[in-house]
Amino acid sequence: MAQQRLFKGITPYLFVAPAVFVLAFTCLYPVLKGFELTFYDWSLGTPIESRKYIGWENFVWAWQDPALFNSIKVTLLFTAFAVTAELFLGLLIAFLLEKGIKGIVVLRTVFIIPIMIAPVVVGLLWRYLFDANFGLINHIVSLLGFEPKVWLGTPGLALPAVIITDIWQWTPFMFILFLAGLQSLPKDPVEAAQVDGATTWQVIRQVKLPLLAPVIWVAVILRIIDAFRSLEVMFIMTFGGPGRETEVLSLNIYKTAFMSQRLGLAAVNAIFLLAFILLLSMAFLIIARPALSKK
Amino acid sequence: MKNESFKNPSGKDSPVGKFQADSSTGEFWKAGKSILIFILAFLYLVPVIVLFLTSFKTQIQIMEKGFGWFFMPTLMNYSNVLLEQGFLRYMTNSLIVGLASTFVTLIIGGFASYALVRFNFFGKGTISFGTLLLRMIPPAVLVVPIYVLWSYFGLADTRLGLVIIYVGLNLPFTIWVLISFIADVPVELEEAAVVDGCGPWRIFFTVILPLIKPGLAAAAIFTFRIAWNEFILALVLTNRMTRTLPVATTIYLTDTGIEWGNITAMGTLVALPAIIFTFLAAKQLIAGLTAGAVKG
Repeated sequence: MAQQRLFKGITPYLFVAPAVFVLAFTCLYPVLKGFELTFYDWSLGTPIESRKYIGWENFVWAWQDPALFNSIKVTLLFTAFAVTAELFLGLLIAFLLEKGIKGIVVLRTVFIIPIMIAPVVVGLLWRYLFDANFGLINHIVSLLGFEPKVWLGTPGLALPAVIITDIWQWTPFMFILFLAGLQSLPKDPVEAAQVDGATTWQVIRQVKLPLLAPVIWVAVILRIIDAFRSLEVMFIMTFGGPGRETEVLSLNIYKTAFMSQRLGLAAVNAIFLLAFILLLSMAFLIIARPALSKK
Repeated sequence: MKNESFKNPSGKDSPVGKFQADSSTGEFWKAGKSILIFILAFLYLVPVIVLFLTSFKTQIQIMEKGFGWFFMPTLMNYSNVLLEQGFLRYMTNSLIVGLASTFVTLIIGGFASYALVRFNFFGKGTISFGTLLLRMIPPAVLVVPIYVLWSYFGLADTRLGLVIIYVGLNLPFTIWVLISFIADVPVELEEAAVVDGCGPWRIFFTVILPLIKPGLAAAAIFTFRIAWNEFILALVLTNRMTRTLPVATTIYLTDTGIEWGNITAMGTLVALPAIIFTFLAAKQLIAGLTAGAVKG
């Protein structure tokens, strides 16, 4: 009995203390510090004493900054096209390959590779594929009789190239989630529908898709959040160019802080990113909570 | 909802023969599917294969018109990368940072998950909710304040500084994965240990940890992957001496007139652990990827 009380007293707090402390120090505190930074005019590399309190001036500046709104637009475009394509491709492959086939284990393993390798490597590998002179893509394009293109340097082509890269890397994530979801569906409704004479298409549309809906929502929101965070691939492939065509919000924050050296303004831009992510996370928690607690 | 329709099976006239018809046409479909799978798998790997092949080419072979699939391979790029350019130091940095942050994350995350699953205490809801939210914070939001703070604390340009931030970034995911594994451990085992006079810490190390090894493996691979692959924080938080591999890779990229041979060799070396993990532990990876999203 004494043990029981000990478990309930201070012990739980000792167990969670290290994690809480580390998370507070590495995530919470920096985020708060970021809010504080928004009120200062401070150049990178100058000592902390040289920063100047300027009130809301950084926000005013950000509000008039076309680069910020451009990067929000780029982020939204990138996310919308990439995640939509990944969703439909993921669903298509999952339904095509759903039923027990030996090869699917191989495919699933192969599919994890793009997710596992460093985004930096994904970026340099696709930069090479899209390279105007030596790239495989221009090679194929000219074999097909078309004019080779400067993919990453031409306005209107660079963003699609970056989106294609993201689709290559992340469609497998959707596929893996959907496949796992399909395999854990209850058998009865599907069989009942088949007994009723439903076609394969009807079974998919009216039985499987509704049952799979929670998984689809979770996958889409997780991917949207990830797409908002992605930065390495653009950093490597285009560094935001040509012009600012592929400058997503994350990259804009980095450039503002470490190229333009305006830490305060970068902190304001980071708040925009944080606000988007918080909204998406709320949506995720509302949708995923029932799925998580069902267990 | 439309799916009401399957709730009233019209049992009498259900065509049982339909299933046999399905299986006979199924043979074609199955063969077609297998071919489709192999085509898909190959197409998917083409970019990786291109990276791998290019790393064994000379500069002249790379500059040839068209893409050569067959050529005389050379190890020159690898010897360039491995011998000359401080690569071994960067790799050591990546290994130390990756292993240290993985180890610390698993221990701290394990403690927290155990408390969140098994104990009732004031603030539990706040902690688990907060952990879920923190998981979503993008590195780009952290990069400016972390750079400022780490410089202030003397953590910038040190491997310790990187380890600390990577532990923080990985804890939420690790806690999330481990919670589901610890919840599956039968409480009776712990109750028996209490009767035997074990305290909570001993129970954690001797009963819980051995039983959640698969969860630990999944969490370890994902944590190591983040630490090994992470770029933007490492870029601003390291110098010449403490640089990790992804940062080192980009430094060769920004040069004008990219030497694709060297860079693809470096990329291959950076990607190698990920590819090896993938083939060794595909199951754990899938468990990790689907954790929380799908309950199987």
